[in-house]
Amino acid sequence: MSVTFLGMPPTRPFPRNAARALRDSQLRFNLRKATRTIRARRASVVAEAPDWAGLREAGRAIKEHTLRNLDRYLVRLEEAVTAAGGHVHWAADAAEANRIVAGLVKATGETEVVKVKSMATQEIGLNEALLEHGITAYETDLAELIVQLGDDQPSHILVPAIHRNRAEIREIFAEHMAGWGRPAPEDLTDDPAALAEAARLHLRERFLKTKVAISGANFAIAETGTMVVLESEGNGRMCLTLPRTLISVVGIEKVLPTWRDLEVFLQLLPRSSTGERMNPYTSMWTGAAEGQEFHLVLLDNGRTGVLADEVGRQALRCIRCSACLNVCPVYERAGGHAYGSVYPGPIGAILTPQLRGMGSELDRSLPYASSLCGACYEVCPVAIDIPSVLVDLRSRARHPWPERAGMAAAGWVLERSGRLARLQRAAGRLRRLTPRRLPGPLAGWTDTRDLPEMPEESFREWWDRTDGGRR
Amino acid sequence: MSSRDLILARVRRALAGVPDVEITRAYRGPSERPGEIGLFEERVRDYHAVVHLVDEPGVAERVALSLAARGARRVVVPAGFPAPWLAAADAEAVADDPPLSAADLGAVDGVLTTCAVAIAETGTIVLDAGPGQGRRALSLVPDYHLCVVRTAQIVAGVPDAVARLAPARPLTWISGPSATSDIELNRVEGVHGPRTLEVLIVT
Repeated sequence: MSVTFLGMPPTRPFPRNAARALRDSQLRFNLRKATRTIRARRASVVAEAPDWAGLREAGRAIKEHTLRNLDRYLVRLEEAVTAAGGHVHWAADAAEANRIVAGLVKATGETEVVKVKSMATQEIGLNEALLEHGITAYETDLAELIVQLGDDQPSHILVPAIHRNRAEIREIFAEHMAGWGRPAPEDLTDDPAALAEAARLHLRERFLKTKVAISGANFAIAETGTMVVLESEGNGRMCLTLPRTLISVVGIEKVLPTWRDLEVFLQLLPRSSTGERMNPYTSMWTGAAEGQEFHLVLLDNGRTGVLADEVGRQALRCIRCSACLNVCPVYERAGGHAYGSVYPGPIGAILTPQLRGMGSELDRSLPYASSLCGACYEVCPVAIDIPSVLVDLRSRARHPWPERAGMAAAGWVLERSGRLARLQRAAGRLRRLTPRRLPGPLAGWTDTRDLPEMPEESFREWWDRTDGGRR
Repeated sequence: MSSRDLILARVRRALAGVPDVEITRAYRGPSERPGEIGLFEERVRDYHAVVHLVDEPGVAERVALSLAARGARRVVVPAGFPAPWLAAADAEAVADDPPLSAADLGAVDGVLTTCAVAIAETGTIVLDAGPGQGRRALSLVPDYHLCVVRTAQIVAGVPDAVARLAPARPLTWISGPSATSDIELNRVEGVHGPRTLEVLIVT
């Protein structure tokens, strides 16, 4: 089987990427400020919902039930979308999805498409694939536009340009907007309102004239065939309503059984994601709405492999809110690029190695990109137990040989109490010779930790000598 | 084997022997009580939208005042918008018949609509392309959106709205003016959708 593609090739292992990111003080400042702001906002709107625990539990159960019956719900979704005048396509992997979308765009005779921010299309590298077919894809979400104009990689699920500050964004706009369409105003400042206005003017004409749009979806309702997209800026509505042809690329795990289930997820997602009671715009459409031509591309790309894993399958419950990124002490310092995938942060650390496999050094290192503090699990609106999945994945990744040798030695010693007693006696006598730092390959352990001080006698020896303190 | 059959076969293989789960809904579901008007007003204002409370006879005058304050001379008015509410306005009502082009919509000063449902807890208005609302682009392309909400349309929470709405219709949920937080997570109102949202609550 070929390796699942996730938007970028696996590069160097996480610790090396993170070390480089940590030296970038601007990046650390941007991330710290952004994650702290959004954490506070999320906490306040979650605290406001008196039934949050009930919503979270229902969200978990609905997603789990859906995954358990995924075949049934996918077929029902297909029936409902088709009955409402839409067309459904199935893509087993990224290459097939890209082929389908390119074919659909070509059939319209157009060479330009506008895009709504979508994790699925980033995952399959759709923009690059379309370019090979002579089709230019224009990102329309403000953060995606910043990433596209800056020839950069996204570093956050919700705010892909979170690693950039306003001065950097101003520079990117001033330098690169002209190459993609309407140039930035001459007197552009780094005021966020001025930058947003520049993006509005830059994209306005493109929205009004482009005939084909590509989106993802947050939810797809099996019962009714309804697609749901949540957004803030209105670029989503522009793409979803104005073009004649709409193509939505949606992961198979995005399906929800019933219309009613939205009452849960339309509360969980905005509060967890942007920290708002409700995001500014949510669009819902069923099949060919208002005379539009609608294509739904259902994407597997490794998801059925994850579904087969007893522990790891819960990662498919993810609704891409990014709350776990915002609370993660590792993400806050290392940033999104260190994870080498379009899915960064704690959810990326369990999703990427499962989708892509653990063939590369990077993918083997991702389950270790966590202190296992559990904050991600606590904020997850669908209760994905990320720490447990991380531990499970760690047990499957091949460990470095010094660690394996150390574990084997420890196992041998702990197997018999006599062996342990002899070792403890020996260690007690040699305690003055204990080095501060371990030699050779074991130095990795003492680089960041102190060796514990050796006691003169072990607890068992003390107990025997004093009869439990009575002598 | 088609990709459809392949994916479905993989799903079935992955799920063999996996037990199903029970869904418990221990949260506030649809309520019998109407939405609180004061809460709706407060929550809409939180998004930096403009809100007015008026009684039914006062709507026409309030619409006229709002359009005049905005300097809106040409406004799109979808079919089914109550004519008396427009009676006092000194502005040209542009009909979407035959359908206006996107460029035409960009050239008008604003749009007037009613709504299908409004949600008190989240300060959301929902349009379903019904009478007085028009197709989705009408409330999107113009830079100014004036929406008239009747108190009977205000429900308490999200579950009430979901229960009232028909999924077969194209739906747009609107919570304040268009906004972005993409630059250092600073909220900036007004990107691609209407930069000004004004809501009239008819009591």
